[in-house]
Amino acid sequence: MLLNASGCLDALAAPEVASTLDAFVTKTVTPEPRSGNRPVRIAETEHGMLNSIGLQNPGIDAFLDVTLPRLAELGVPVWVSVGGSCPEEYARLCSALERRNEVVAIELNLSCPNVASPEGDAAEIVAAARAETERPLYAKLSAAAPDLGAVARAVSDAGADGLSLVNTIRGLALDERTLEPRLGPAVGGYSGPALKPVALAAVFTCYRETGLPIVGMGGIATGSDALEFLAAGAAAVALGTVLFVDPEAPERVRRELEDELRTRGISSPAQATGLAHEGRPLRAPLSVA
Amino acid sequence: MRRARLNVIAVEAVGPYTLLRVARGGVDPGTPGQFFMLEAPGRILPRPMSLCAAPPGELWFLLEAIGPGTRALAALEPGDRLGVLGPLGRGFRLHVERPLLVGGGIGVAPLPYLSAALGEPPAVLGFRSGWHAEAAALVPNAEVVIDPTLVTEAMPKGYDVLACGPESMLEGVRGLAPGAQLAWEAPMACGYGACYGCVVEVDGELKRLCLDGPVLVAA
Repeated sequence: MLLNASGCLDALAAPEVASTLDAFVTKTVTPEPRSGNRPVRIAETEHGMLNSIGLQNPGIDAFLDVTLPRLAELGVPVWVSVGGSCPEEYARLCSALERRNEVVAIELNLSCPNVASPEGDAAEIVAAARAETERPLYAKLSAAAPDLGAVARAVSDAGADGLSLVNTIRGLALDERTLEPRLGPAVGGYSGPALKPVALAAVFTCYRETGLPIVGMGGIATGSDALEFLAAGAAAVALGTVLFVDPEAPERVRRELEDELRTRGISSPAQATGLAHEGRPLRAPLSVA
Repeated sequence: MRRARLNVIAVEAVGPYTLLRVARGGVDPGTPGQFFMLEAPGRILPRPMSLCAAPPGELWFLLEAIGPGTRALAALEPGDRLGVLGPLGRGFRLHVERPLLVGGGIGVAPLPYLSAALGEPPAVLGFRSGWHAEAAALVPNAEVVIDPTLVTEAMPKGYDVLACGPESMLEGVRGLAPGAQLAWEAPMACGYGACYGCVVEVDGELKRLCLDGPVLVAA
């Protein structure tokens, strides 16, 4: 299954791209509107890119009134990413989404590097959200956690249905001439090819530590990248930075992955999940629709 | 919005700038002021470039090689393939009565195509040096000023201004010519509304320059 990474596609601006995905993940929605961070917001580096968008979004009320009905018209299953400043805010967001049939799954953004970290640890937030919704609940974690396996176990125990791995990690780029930070807020989220080994390690670890389905992402640009994420333990993969270069990447990656699987005699993506591990423990199926 | 791979026909020096000429293939050149994302070889992100001219069978891009992306584009050679996505964004509105083109530095890039679409109206172009001003040859009927003279000092009154240039120039033009159409620039990753990197505030509203611009009408 192929998704976009939250914040890397606007399905309303590019519906023809969204329609090539198995599900569309929204940009993170917060309780109040956010104008985002001051420019400059994008900086390319040698092996990746930095962004400091800062969760620009219209807020949950405008999202529910205006954006969500329009997204539903596209006919692509909608996963809504939410972000808050404390467990209660996540709970309120999930409660509001629970009442809307257009929402297929909820992703809890617990790890945006461009805004202040929420109060409460990941497990508290998941527990608060879990109490308000029966929709599939995915916790989006950062690979920057010192003991990611422990965090994954804690959010699993708190009721998460799955994990989204990984968010961007903090990075800094300086103007080589002036030595000033190239991004307005100085530090931003690092993504692209350089993130792939970091993300693979996170998927590998969390697959071992929990029984949860994993949406793997971080530097995926080809079908063979996608296969590696499946082998490390992902049940689905998401595209991020590559969408900025190539809006046709979903079709291409899907085609390349099918070729990779066929060449290797693997009958389906599900059969590839966890191949990098010894043994094939039974895993819960990924719930999408 | 389609991604295409086009053949590089020629890479020519125009003063300090580089004129990249590619075979058009089936690509729609769009309207003047619209832009394309060009895939710079070896780089992670494509680079937004407005179309400079659309002679039969070709697309021209004028660029200044000042960073890793533009240097990689300027290093292309005839026969190389160039990935392009476009045309993107909103260009200049062409229904104006008395057009005057105003450009500064590499901001002259979209003006040859605009000039052709508007029947070669008068233009005022400003450059850092006589060497940079060699690019003025691409724009018919142009008056050229060189630093320290500014285009805003040479702009005649009573025209519908269509301008592209550095932010300081556009701010100056906006002060002199209310209602001017100004082509802005911002770092962007995607060019089609996905990344929210190019957001600017216009009349209190946040706009993505790639969708609502790059040409905006001055308030």
